[in-house]
Amino acid sequence: MATDYNAYVTVEAIEGNDDGPLAGKTVAVKDNISTEGVRTTCGSAMLDDYVPPYDATVVERLKGAGATIPGKTNMDEFGMGTTTETSAFGPVENPAAPGHVPGGSSGGSAAVVAAGDADMALGSDTGGSIRCPAAFCGVVGIKPTYGLVSRYGLVAYANSLEQIGPIAPTVEEAAELLEVIAGPDGRDATTRAPPNADATGEDGASVDYASAADGDVDGLDIGVPTELVDGADERVTEVFWDAIADLEDRGASYHEVDLPSVEYAVESYYVIAMSEASSNLARFDGVRYGRSGGYDGNWNETFAQSRKEGFGDEVKRRVLLGTYALSAGYHDKYYAKAQDARAWIQQDFDEALDEADVLASPTMPVPPMELGESLEDPLTMYLADANTTPVNMANLPAISVPAGETDEGLPVGLQFVGPAFGERAIIRAGSALA
Amino acid sequence: MSDDAGTNADTDADVDAEAGVDAVDPEEVRHVASLARVELADDDVDRFTEQFADILTSFEALDEVPEIEREEELANVMRPDERHEGLSQEEALANAPETEDGYFKGPRVS
Repeated sequence: MATDYNAYVTVEAIEGNDDGPLAGKTVAVKDNISTEGVRTTCGSAMLDDYVPPYDATVVERLKGAGATIPGKTNMDEFGMGTTTETSAFGPVENPAAPGHVPGGSSGGSAAVVAAGDADMALGSDTGGSIRCPAAFCGVVGIKPTYGLVSRYGLVAYANSLEQIGPIAPTVEEAAELLEVIAGPDGRDATTRAPPNADATGEDGASVDYASAADGDVDGLDIGVPTELVDGADERVTEVFWDAIADLEDRGASYHEVDLPSVEYAVESYYVIAMSEASSNLARFDGVRYGRSGGYDGNWNETFAQSRKEGFGDEVKRRVLLGTYALSAGYHDKYYAKAQDARAWIQQDFDEALDEADVLASPTMPVPPMELGESLEDPLTMYLADANTTPVNMANLPAISVPAGETDEGLPVGLQFVGPAFGERAIIRAGSALA
Repeated sequence: MSDDAGTNADTDADVDAEAGVDAVDPEEVRHVASLARVELADDDVDRFTEQFADILTSFEALDEVPEIEREEELANVMRPDERHEGLSQEEALANAPETEDGYFKGPRVS
């Protein structure tokens, strides 16, 4: 039961249409995605009684496709975490590896899928928050190309980096869910029609993703970025190379590639994400929604009181560090350099993908941590995002698929990265493994 | 960090880089927290001071990143203005901790 490992913040069924491609399916929704009339907490005490007056675009599309939403899943507060331990509603336990974290920040979404409590789920991925929990829980997760899926109704953390995406037991099911949520939205000006869109779709921009899940990797050319393998735990790399050998047996080939810029990905990612967070989370002042700071002091004092009570430690850390990085005298040193790193990472990926169909690496450099292990040391937790953050910085699509288990039985995920709007390529590659 | 650093940004940043991030002290953490409108407990300040030193030290690596010529293909996304239904006043106020006469109620401004 999902309640045994604390995967849901709110259990309340939202019924979709009678008919549609997802009729009869349950799709759990991460609790930072707005659901009309059903509270949406972002895993934060700040929003513990916030009830959105409208649906996110992806929720409208789920309902239109006939899905039933069984509840809202637990998550790191505002998406800020790699373990789903920073939630104000308590940590989630990994159903695939008891005693361990499920990964984060979409840990509740991956957990309910892994345990079979929901058929599929939606997560959001700012620096790995779909792929990490998918890898740790032994399920499939897709982070779409930036702009493929509408963010309307997603409570913003770092808008230039994040995308909503599917989590499912198999690549084919994840692709079916992606088909439902993808496509331009007039309410999110950063969405665009994929260049390979099939114009017969209802919105004139749908792509058939599920048919790419045919497991055919004959002739597939895989680039393996050495920087993303060398730093990983041996227990993880053993499983990774076994999976690559399996793909070779089925007609794929691989070559190593160099992405020198990714050595700076985690640092630059955190500077950009924290900076955007410090701006986005300025809206939480306890006046229009959220925890009130009272009415006794002046404006600044009561806002500061609201945010003291409403935000947890990790959110405070990121808001403060983001404020610091953007402040006079430090902007050029941190934020401007991080944007240079982002442009460099984009160039490196573009070049590597000119010479390969997809890139492959371990999704996470480590197996799932034990519950409580990383809470006191935020920097160590940030470094676990080494392989996932570069993809968000480059705006590219990526999929995490189960590749096997360590000797102790801990799930290991393999990540394929594709060119912009190359979702079919990563779905095809991933479907050979799951 | 200081409020007037903006007038001499480069020099200040250089000085800080040379000094390393030992320069993070509790007063700076309090100052940033006040800029961000986050009240901190005393033990939060101590813990954050220590953690920020570690994290900002790791960010020093960004000094090695070369200047990159960007080849962004950015395009404005425009559309004609269209009227459509928005939230009712009641819906917009529904999550407010306190309202008065159909308005949000906030603290005193000064």
